[in-house]
Amino acid sequence: MSVHISSNKLNVTIWITLMCLTVITAWVATVDLGPFNTVVALAIATFKALLVVLFFMHVKYASEKLTKVIIISSVFWLLLLLILSLADYSTRGNVRIM
Amino acid sequence: MSDSPAGVVHGTAEHHGPELRHHFATVEQQRDSAALGMWLFLATEIMFFGGLFCAYLIYRLWYFNEFAVGSRSLNLLMGAANTVVLICSSLTVAMGVRAAQLGKRKLLVVLLLLTLVFGLVFLGVKGVEWHEKWEKHHIPGASFNASDLARENPQQPIDQNHEQIYFSLYFVMTGVHALHMVIGIWLFAVLTWYAWKGRYTPEYHTPIELGGLYWHFVDVVWIYLFPLLYLIDRRH
Amino acid sequence: MATAVLTGERENYLNKEYGIRSWLLTTDHKRIALLYLISVTFFFFVGGFLAMLIRLELLTPAGDLMLADTYNKVFTMHGMVMVFFFLIPVVPAVLGNFLVPMMVGAKDLAFPRINLLSWYLYVIGGALMSHCMLTGGVDTGWTFYTPFSTAFTNTKIVEAGLAVFVAGFSSIFTGLNFIVTIHRMRAPGLTWARLPLFIWAQYATSLIMILGTPVVAVTILLVAAERVFHLGIFNPALGGDPLLFQHLFWFYSHPAVYIMILPSMGVVSEIIACFSRKRIFGYEFVAMSSIGIAVLGFLVWAHHMFVAGISLYSALVFSALTYLVGVPSAVKVFNWTATLYKGSISYSTPMIYALGFLGLFTMGGLTGLFLACLGIDVHVTDTYFVVAHFHYIMVGGVLMGYLGGIHFWWPKITGRMYPEGWGRISAALVFAGFNLTFFPQFILGYVGMPRRYWQYPPEFQVLNVLSTAGASVLAVGYVLPMIYLLWSLRYGKIAGENPWGAAGLEWKTASPPPTFNFDETPEVTWEAYNYEEIPAPAEVTFER
Repeated sequence: MSVHISSNKLNVTIWITLMCLTVITAWVATVDLGPFNTVVALAIATFKALLVVLFFMHVKYASEKLTKVIIISSVFWLLLLLILSLADYSTRGNVRIM
Repeated sequence: MSDSPAGVVHGTAEHHGPELRHHFATVEQQRDSAALGMWLFLATEIMFFGGLFCAYLIYRLWYFNEFAVGSRSLNLLMGAANTVVLICSSLTVAMGVRAAQLGKRKLLVVLLLLTLVFGLVFLGVKGVEWHEKWEKHHIPGASFNASDLARENPQQPIDQNHEQIYFSLYFVMTGVHALHMVIGIWLFAVLTWYAWKGRYTPEYHTPIELGGLYWHFVDVVWIYLFPLLYLIDRRH
Repeated sequence: MATAVLTGERENYLNKEYGIRSWLLTTDHKRIALLYLISVTFFFFVGGFLAMLIRLELLTPAGDLMLADTYNKVFTMHGMVMVFFFLIPVVPAVLGNFLVPMMVGAKDLAFPRINLLSWYLYVIGGALMSHCMLTGGVDTGWTFYTPFSTAFTNTKIVEAGLAVFVAGFSSIFTGLNFIVTIHRMRAPGLTWARLPLFIWAQYATSLIMILGTPVVAVTILLVAAERVFHLGIFNPALGGDPLLFQHLFWFYSHPAVYIMILPSMGVVSEIIACFSRKRIFGYEFVAMSSIGIAVLGFLVWAHHMFVAGISLYSALVFSALTYLVGVPSAVKVFNWTATLYKGSISYSTPMIYALGFLGLFTMGGLTGLFLACLGIDVHVTDTYFVVAHFHYIMVGGVLMGYLGGIHFWWPKITGRMYPEGWGRISAALVFAGFNLTFFPQFILGYVGMPRRYWQYPPEFQVLNVLSTAGASVLAVGYVLPMIYLLWSLRYGKIAGENPWGAAGLEWKTASPPPTFNFDETPEVTWEAYNYEEIPAPAEVTFER
């Protein structure tokens, strides 16, 4: 675990950023961007998640590469589940999606 | 490098508290192992919620209308408020870890208590939302009835069964998340007690760090649940 | 408590403390391994008893031993008990728990209390499963497909699901413990490239446990919610997709079969190296192939669903990926065979099991390739061909590897040698009985006998009778070790530190080991399998 001690300034800055992004994502949802509504919502959520993981969970300051490997691998494995399942659902032809 | 083989203890015997378990050579090894263990546990949690996200993905693609209508029937203000509450709780947790690192016992206890308060507020708001759903007969099961939603959304026709699938996923996903919040609150209550008792020092505060990691993870899950459940189609 | 001095015995993990509390509250990984040994063996015989009922019913074409519904319950419980309470935990929780800390030169696993918790979770899951069986059981097949399991059957799905859910967490915590131990607690000088292949295998297995088990856990949760609240997530009548269940279920359950086989492959590496007195040929390839199997194993799950209704396109993709996953397994078989070449072979009991593994696993693996072919799968899926295929791997592979490992490390675990003659006889009986039981099933499946059927056309009877006859021989082969291993605890020859002259840190300490494994933390300056430096045992005498 890191011996890095986050300053209060850093913590509060991240907090304010997260709050702002929450407001933004709720507002953007009311604007018609067509299919991009989903993309933007997920992008904002991912950015927020990254802020929490990198700063609040100290992953940015971790001397240990293994932590990052674990996070990236789990996310990758989740994407495997989603994408390979979609390989079936999106090519069935009888149900119209995508 | 903590991944290299455990080194022999250098120099004179290290002074260590009773927290060093006998099978570890050094405090660093114990702390690094505990952190690695917690990250691996969080990896299992990513896959656990992941299964639910997979079900969500498939049905959102199949039944977009029902998902949009169902999403609009959720209380956006309460959902956003809960998101804010959890973000605030992550701040108090992060500051709490810092307080532990600096040996500020009283500040640590206050921050942990605040975290507990935020957690309980979150659950309270959730309870209000669910109660609202109960009254509107939107809870899946024998008494499910979403004909009110069909009437309110003439431009997006919905099938009752498909609508029930949306709400099934809503309740399972927020329910499993809430269960994790309950466990987190219990965990932090224990941590607060021990912090009050003075157990955590700058040299040893691993439980605070690990508890913090868990709490932040639960926050991250909600960061995704909020747009996925509440913001599917809120265009005017 | 050094009560050992009364008998003049050296203090070790067995005699350090006596009393039931010292066992039930132990955090010593070796004692926990023995706790697992007892509970896992119990469930093995429960599952075996259910297998016996199946084979007895199938002696005759008519369904005359039990009702069809009962038969459904018997094969379901046989599958559930064997998969979740025997095959998945057996090698990691028994041999892994005992050996992983020793092989890396550590005093214990990283989290000894979580290790004990793992065992309790296993026992609680087992108790729930036993109660479920005794109060009616489940009749859906161990795969509990929806919507039959969620909307139609009246059997105890939720209880069985809860049992599996709890046992799943036992598995997750074991995997977590192993990964942290292997990363953080290796002795000085023990680099990754010097680790025994058993450790590589356990590491890869643990990766699968961590990444896969949670998905089946949440799937069980969804099934339970569906049953209790009458949801429609997996029910086509209510807009749900039964295939979604199958995707989520198999995402874990296919990698689960690699959880079962990888540890046994690790055992086989250790045994073949020792009884050829040679370093495993292509060590790096065997190590990397373990990781390769773990990774590729996650990419093939829908090959269980070829005829279930997935798109043809995705079936092609999964078929190609399934052929790919055979490659690392084949790499291992080639390397083990190359190790035998010009080795100094001795046919001890563990070696007989390992050699049996080589042949039977190869057959099981090759028939998996038959099934990967879409055209063939259409004909033989859900027939006895599939049953034979997976039993060749589960029984011919996993179980033979486990039995070989038990015999190989028995002297280390107990300080006693088992009677070698009886060991060899049992190994031969297992090999012969196994082939007689399961080879006819390949033929049965190919000529069209479906699985999970309790009656069949009379022309299939001869093959079924052969299969049941084989099962009786197999049963004898399993009961004999129970008897002579227990006998050896009291009357077996006292084993020294390293009766086999084997490589590995576990052989550099007393048998049975002291509680903290080593008197001093070892410092490793040699490569794995340094058999050129280890003298062969002058004479390993065996009791007849």
